[in-house]
Amino acid sequence: MAERQVIDARGAFCPGPLMELIAALKLAAVGDEVEVWSSDQGSIKDIPEWIKKVGHEMVGIEERKGYAEIVVRKLK
Amino acid sequence: MAKKILIVGGGLAGTIVGNGLCRKIGSELSRGDIVITMLGATNQHLYQPGLLYVPFGRIRESELVRDQRKVIDKRVVFHVDPAVNIDVDKQEVTTESGRVHGYDYLVIATGSRVMPQTIPGMAEGAHWFYELDAARKMRDALDKFEGGKVVVNVNAPHKCPVAPLEITFMLQELFEQRGIADKCEITYTYPIGRLHALEPVAEWALPEMEQRGIKYETFFNTKSVDPKARTITSEEGSTLPFDLLVTIPPHQGQQVIEDSDLGKGGWVPTNKLTLHREGSENVFVVGDTTNIPISKAGSTAHFEADTIVDNLASLLTEGRMARDYDGKVYCFVETGLTTGTYVWFNYTTPPNPGPPSQMIHWLKLAYNRMYWLSARGLL
Repeated sequence: MAERQVIDARGAFCPGPLMELIAALKLAAVGDEVEVWSSDQGSIKDIPEWIKKVGHEMVGIEERKGYAEIVVRKLK
Repeated sequence: MAKKILIVGGGLAGTIVGNGLCRKIGSELSRGDIVITMLGATNQHLYQPGLLYVPFGRIRESELVRDQRKVIDKRVVFHVDPAVNIDVDKQEVTTESGRVHGYDYLVIATGSRVMPQTIPGMAEGAHWFYELDAARKMRDALDKFEGGKVVVNVNAPHKCPVAPLEITFMLQELFEQRGIADKCEITYTYPIGRLHALEPVAEWALPEMEQRGIKYETFFNTKSVDPKARTITSEEGSTLPFDLLVTIPPHQGQQVIEDSDLGKGGWVPTNKLTLHREGSENVFVVGDTTNIPISKAGSTAHFEADTIVDNLASLLTEGRMARDYDGKVYCFVETGLTTGTYVWFNYTTPPNPGPPSQMIHWLKLAYNRMYWLSARGLL
């Protein structure tokens, strides 16, 4: 059964939300989802850009107060 | 009955916790009210940041390693007998020899390890310097290297986030010193869309690389290495040829964490302020082992260890926590073989690296010796 892991990377300067996402996807099973919370405005652009390049699925982005919840599904 | 503190792991973090506690609760230890036990995997204490200098022959190996029994305070009962199972419900840790240690407070400091074997061809086709044997092999390869394409390849997750930039700039300067720079082409690859996770460091590194003629490719997450064809291919679909491949392999936590069902990938879910294992009031996690979204680095482990020392000493003597961990990280950054800079930040203060200087380089070299005072809890 697919799982969803939540990573609270708000305020994380290093390694940062995208690097945390990449690391989490390596450990996830195909079909699992990873939800990253990021207060870095750049994540809204660079996470979808990387997901498109590498071939996973953007499930959605929810804007919250001061941060975004970005959900990705592992496809391969 | 004596309170039992059990430290699993005898690296930097576990050692600073053990030595720091001895300095704080010496009276209680003398009276036998508290007993500290440490379970290590080896009797050797390795100063891992010094491995960066091994491929360049810039450090004697004897400077990197000391007998752990001489580094850890004699009041800590030290066993070379690594944990194979940690049961936080029963409050018991089972070791390789079959011994079972109970505890009142547990400190998990098992660290991380490189996992080149998780990427096809990497172990056979690449060099790395995060382990002593591998760093020696890289030194031999560099000694024979007369020019060609060099790829410095960075994978996530990894510890010591500035080391990939350091090795890149140091290689470039080495080739210049040897007079073979015009025969060498260095390409640096990084997993995300800039040259470093820290944005100010990435902004600093970009003109440095361009000025030094170092090529780069971002959004490069390694899929495979072909050791025969001497190519490296990314998940994003790019393939680069190489004559010498230097990789920062992906890391994972230790097997005992996964075997004990304490965290996927060997990373233990940890409260980023108290450093408690999530769900446990008497289990602390320190250093690379945590899943906190923060740099896995010696300085992180050091500052976390200091927090745990203060909190454990306070819990044992006054029944209260002393303070939170503020997310402090401080890293020296070698910007070549003769200059360096530094970067520090915490949960609320962004990093702001200063201009490289010879003085910071010398300070980093001095710290490489002073580390042994840090490990003893004196610095």
